[in-house]
Amino acid sequence: MNEVYDISHLLAGVMLVTSFALLYQGRIASVVNTFAAQSITLSLAVAWAAWSQDRPDLFITATIAFTLKGVIIPIALHRTVARLGIHHEVEKVVGVGIALMVGLALTALAQALLLKVAHSPENYYAGEQLALALAIILLGFLMMILRRNAVTQVVGFMSMENGLILAATGARGMPLVVEVSVAFSVLIALFVFAVFVFRIRERFDTIDVGALDRMRGDRR
Amino acid sequence: MIHTYQFVVLVPYVAALILVAIPSYRVGAIVNVVASGLTFAAGLWLVGGERTVGHYAIVDEFNIVFIAINTLVGFTTSIFSASYIGHEIETGRLPPSFLRFYHAMFQAMMGSMNVSLIANNIGVMWVGLEIATLITVVMVGLYRTPQSIEAAWKYFILASVGISLAFFGTILIYLAGQPALGEGVPAMTWSLLEGAASKMDPAILDLAFIFLLIGYGTKVGLAPLHAWLPDAHAEGPTPISAVLSGLLLNVALYALLRFKMVIAGHPAALNPGPVMITMGLVSLVFAAFMLYQRRDIKRLFAYSSIEHMGLIVFAFGMGGPLANFAGLLHMAMHSLTKSGIFFAVGHIAQAKGTQRIAEITGLSESHPRLAIAFALAVLAICGMPPFGVFASEFLILTTTFAREPWLALVPAFGLLVAFGALLMRLQGVIFGEPAGQSHPVKASFVPIVMHLLLVLTAGIYLPAVLVAWFRRAAELLG
Repeated sequence: MNEVYDISHLLAGVMLVTSFALLYQGRIASVVNTFAAQSITLSLAVAWAAWSQDRPDLFITATIAFTLKGVIIPIALHRTVARLGIHHEVEKVVGVGIALMVGLALTALAQALLLKVAHSPENYYAGEQLALALAIILLGFLMMILRRNAVTQVVGFMSMENGLILAATGARGMPLVVEVSVAFSVLIALFVFAVFVFRIRERFDTIDVGALDRMRGDRR
Repeated sequence: MIHTYQFVVLVPYVAALILVAIPSYRVGAIVNVVASGLTFAAGLWLVGGERTVGHYAIVDEFNIVFIAINTLVGFTTSIFSASYIGHEIETGRLPPSFLRFYHAMFQAMMGSMNVSLIANNIGVMWVGLEIATLITVVMVGLYRTPQSIEAAWKYFILASVGISLAFFGTILIYLAGQPALGEGVPAMTWSLLEGAASKMDPAILDLAFIFLLIGYGTKVGLAPLHAWLPDAHAEGPTPISAVLSGLLLNVALYALLRFKMVIAGHPAALNPGPVMITMGLVSLVFAAFMLYQRRDIKRLFAYSSIEHMGLIVFAFGMGGPLANFAGLLHMAMHSLTKSGIFFAVGHIAQAKGTQRIAEITGLSESHPRLAIAFALAVLAICGMPPFGVFASEFLILTTTFAREPWLALVPAFGLLVAFGALLMRLQGVIFGEPAGQSHPVKASFVPIVMHLLLVLTAGIYLPAVLVAWFRRAAELLG
C-alpha cells in the first residue's frame, strides 16, 4: 500500500517543483514549456491514481490533461506568442528571490494547514496529497499576482487548475462528474482568455496588463 | 419521465439553443422574453408544487425562495433588455451581429443559475455557478471599449481565483463526508451531508468553510474581496448589471448558506456566525462610505449592492428564526429594488448619453416619468417607508437590538451613512437645470413598475402565506 502513495506523492512533488520553476522563468516561451511539463506530470499522477485505485474513469481525466493541457494549449500559446512578437522577457512585479521566498512560505502554510487536519490515520495520505495540491494552487495564485503579462497570467490560472485536479483525484472516489467539469471549465476558460488576449492586443498594442490600470472607470 | 423541477433548467437551455439560430435581434428579443416568461411560470408551478429530494435535484422551502426570485427577475429583466438593447442598436453602440449571442448567453446564464440552485450535489452546484460566471464575464466585455475589457479581465481573474478556492473547499467537504457516507456520489449530496454532519471530522469542516467563505464570498462581493464588482457593474450592458446585482450575488450567497447549514450540524466545528457577522459589517460600513466618492451612476449602485449584501450576510450570521427570516426578506426586497433601479438607470444613461453623475441633472424637467420611477426606486433602497426594504431593515435592526444591543449600532450607522450619500446623489440627478445632451427614450416602464409595486405591497402588507413560507425557509436555515 505504501508504494502506491509513495509514487503518487513523488509525482505531486514533481508538480510542486515545476510550480516553483514557473515562478523564476525569465522568458515566456520557457514559462509555457514548464507549464506543459507540469500538465504532463499531472496526467501521469492521475493515470497512476486511476490504476492504483482501480478507477478506470480517471484515465479519461488523465487523457484530457495530457492532450489538452500538455500538448494543445502549450502549442497554441507558443503560436500566440510568436504571432504577437512578445517572446522577450517576462515582466515581473518583484524579483525572483522574493517570489521564491513567498512561494516557500505558501508551501509551508499549505502543509501546516492540511497536516493538522489529517491527523486520523485513514486521512493521512489523502491529506498529504491535498497539502501538495494546495501548495500548487497557491503558487499559481502567486504567479498571477506577480506577473504583469496576460499570457503568463493565463498560465498561472491553468497551473491553479492543475492543482485542483490533483486535489480532486487525491480524494478517493470523488465522482467523475467533477473531473469532467473541471476539464470543461478549463476549455471555456481558454476560450475566454483567448478572446481577451486578442482584444487587449487589438486595443492597446500590448498584452501588458499594467496598461489596463489606466482604464479604471472612476479615474477617467 | 420529466419532473416539474426540470423545466426551470430545460426551458432556458433549449431557448439558448434556439436563440443561437435566430439572426434577427427583434425576433430574438421576443423569444427571449417568452422563454423567460415560461421559466417564470415553471418557477411558480414549483412554488405551488410539492417539495422533493431526489438523486440529482432538491426542492425544499429554502431554495424555492431563491428560484422564485431568480425566475421572476430573469423574466422582468428580459422585458427591460428588449427595449434597452433596441436603443443600443439604433445608436450604434452594439453591432446587431453580437445580439444573437447576447440572447443565447442570457438564457444559458439563467439556466446555469437555476442548475446551481436546484442541484442536490455540491459539485454540480459549483459547475452551474462557474458557467454562469464565465458567461457574465463575456457579457461584461460586450462593448469592447478599453474600460469594459479592463472590467471583464479584472472580474475574470478575481472570480476564477474565488471559484477555484471554492472548489478546493468543495473537495474538503467531500473528504469530510466520505468516512460517514462512503465513496462516490453520496458524500457530495446536500440532503445526505446535512444529516451526517455530526459524524464528520470537525477540523476538516473548519478548513473547508474558510475556503468556501473566501471562494463564494468573492462572488457575493464581500469586502475586501469585492474589487471586481463595481467595474463589472459599470462597464457591462445594464440588463447584465441588473442580473448580476439581483441574482448572481444571491446564488453565491445560497451556496454559502447551504454550506453553513452543513457546518452548523456539527457541534464542535467552527461557528460560522461571528465570521459572517464581521465580514458582513465590514462590507456594509466600507461600502456606505465609498458611496460618497462615486462619480459614475452605475458604480454608485454597485457599491450600494455591496452594502446590502453585507447587511444580508450579517443577518444570516446572527442566525435564529427571526434574523434568518429578516435576512431572506431583505434579500428578496433588495433583488427586486436593485434590479428596478438598474432598469431606471439604464434608461437614464441612454437619455443623457453618459453615466457620469455630474452630467446628469434636472431629470424631472427633461424626462419626468423616468425621474419619478428612479426617485421612488432610490427612496425604496434607502429604506424609506412604506417600501418593503424598510420593513426588512427594521426587522434586522430590531432583532439585533433585542439580542446584542451594542452590535446593532454598527449596521444602523452604516445604513444612515449610505442613506445620506444616496439622497444627496438623488437630489442632484432629479432637480436643477437640465444640462448636456437629452435624447428621447422609449423606455418600457412595465418591469420597473412591477418591481416597485411588489416592493410596495410587501412593505404595506405581507400575505400570511408568504410569511409562513419564509418562516419555514428560515427554520431550515437554523
